[in-house]
Formats: sequence, C-alpha cells, structure tokens
Amino acid sequence: MVHCDAFRLDASFAALADATRRAVLDQLKTADASITDLAGKFQMTLTGMKKHVAVLERAGLVATEKVGRVRTCRLGARALEEEAAWIEQYRHRWEARFASLDHVVEELISQEKRNDR
Amino acid sequence: MTDEATNRTAVERRGDRQLVITRTINAPARLAFEAWTRPELFKQWWTPASFGLTLISHEADVRTGGSYRLVMAHPSAAEPMAFFGRYIEVIPHSRIVWTNEEGGDAGPVTTVTFEDRGGATLVVVHEQFPSKEALDDAIASGSTCGWSEQFEQLDALVVGLTA
Repeated sequence: MVHCDAFRLDASFAALADATRRAVLDQLKTADASITDLAGKFQMTLTGMKKHVAVLERAGLVATEKVGRVRTCRLGARALEEEAAWIEQYRHRWEARFASLDHVVEELISQEKRNDR
Repeated sequence: MTDEATNRTAVERRGDRQLVITRTINAPARLAFEAWTRPELFKQWWTPASFGLTLISHEADVRTGGSYRLVMAHPSAAEPMAFFGRYIEVIPHSRIVWTNEEGGDAGPVTTVTFEDRGGATLVVVHEQFPSKEALDDAIASGSTCGWSEQFEQLDALVVGLTA
C-alpha cells in the first residue's frame, strides 16, 4: 500500500522503538487519557510519562490538550490516518459491490419490461 | 442508467461501534430487496470480480430465523473461507438483519434497510459491532498495514541496527 511506503520513519522511528510508548498508543486507541492516568497505568513517574508523551507528540502519533491542570492525550493525526485509510478501502469494496448490484437490478428492470409487453 | 455523481457510496464510522454505508440504487425497493435475497441474484453481485474471490457455494434461507452460508476461495488463502450466520429479522422489501458468526462472538450484526425514494431506493447498511474494541480490531486486522505490521517492520529494523 502506498500509505505504508509513505509512513515517515524519521520521528516515528524513535517514538515507536520503545515498548512503553507502543503500549501507550495502544491504550489511547481505547480511550483518551490524562498523563496522570497513563503514569498510573504504566507504574511510572509523572515526569517519565511526560517525556514519553512528548516523544510521541513530536512524531504526530499523539496530540495533547491542557485544560486547567489536566493534560489529556489522544491519538494524533498520523495515528488516525490508519483508520481513515481503512475506511476508504472499505468504501471502495462496497462501491464495487453496489456497482455490480446496479447491473443486476438493471437486468431485473428490463426483464419486467419484457414481461409487461 | 446509473448516475455516478449522485449514486455515491458513503461510509461513516458512527460512534464507537458502528459503520454506516449508504448508496442509492436506481430501482424500486422490491427489486433491490429481490437482488439481495434471491441466492442466484445475490451471487451475481456480492463478490464482484475485482475482489479476486471465487464463490464456491452459497446457501441462504432468507427469512426470520433462517441461516446462510457462503464459501469463497481466494488465491492467497490455502483453504476456502466460510462466512455464515443467522437472519434475525427479514421484512420483505424493507429490512434484513443478520449475524456474522465466522469470527466468533466479536462479529458485527448487519442491518440493511431499503427506503423508497420516488422509484429509486436508498440502501443503508449498518454494521453494529459488539464493542468498540471489536470494531477497532476489525480495522486493525483488515488494514493491510495495521500497527502490528508496522511494529514488526520497526522491530526488525531496530534489531538490524543494534546487531
């Protein structure tokens, strides 16, 4: 797939080459989480988790937003590209299917017309 | 007959657990329903040639409580693949609901509705997954370059670099 080849390895390479950061991404696929939540879940200091999140954020894999005292993390644009690509592929499959359904119903319509005569 | 501009297939992820596919068909609902429920018609369109699949067999008892079984072959698969499930609800010319049980409990329930739109039919397909995780997994495994594959490539790269 083209988007695989286009997957830029520069910043992502460093970001994904760490097991904890990969686990954080998997966690964020399930639900958004604050840095405190993530630190708790991975039994890590707040400072340690902040560093991991910063690396993921630089790679575009995670986006963060600070509201009051809480910084919430969610999947970033690059992580979301995968889902968008899948949905487009899925749409193509249905498009092909409906195009062939069009031919079947066109045939049914012309059969009915022939029968009406 | 087909108006490409208006008869576009749209797919939307709705909420955590649902995919919704919409498409207009230039025929009355009863004919769209017939093409969907008569096995000899269904097999003419469900797996178009571009899928690269060969339909080996198709049995369908399209009524509430009935079941179906589709067996297909793909050049990349050693064994034929079976797709099967039950019809939860069948309302002639308007609605079909079926389960997809080949993947175990995590399979979606598919609902298709046919709405008459002045001689044409709006077809809406809902794929309802049992959980957000089930839909996420379907996306991750169906994607030709899901995370796992990327991670494997990266792992290989890292191993190569550190060796």
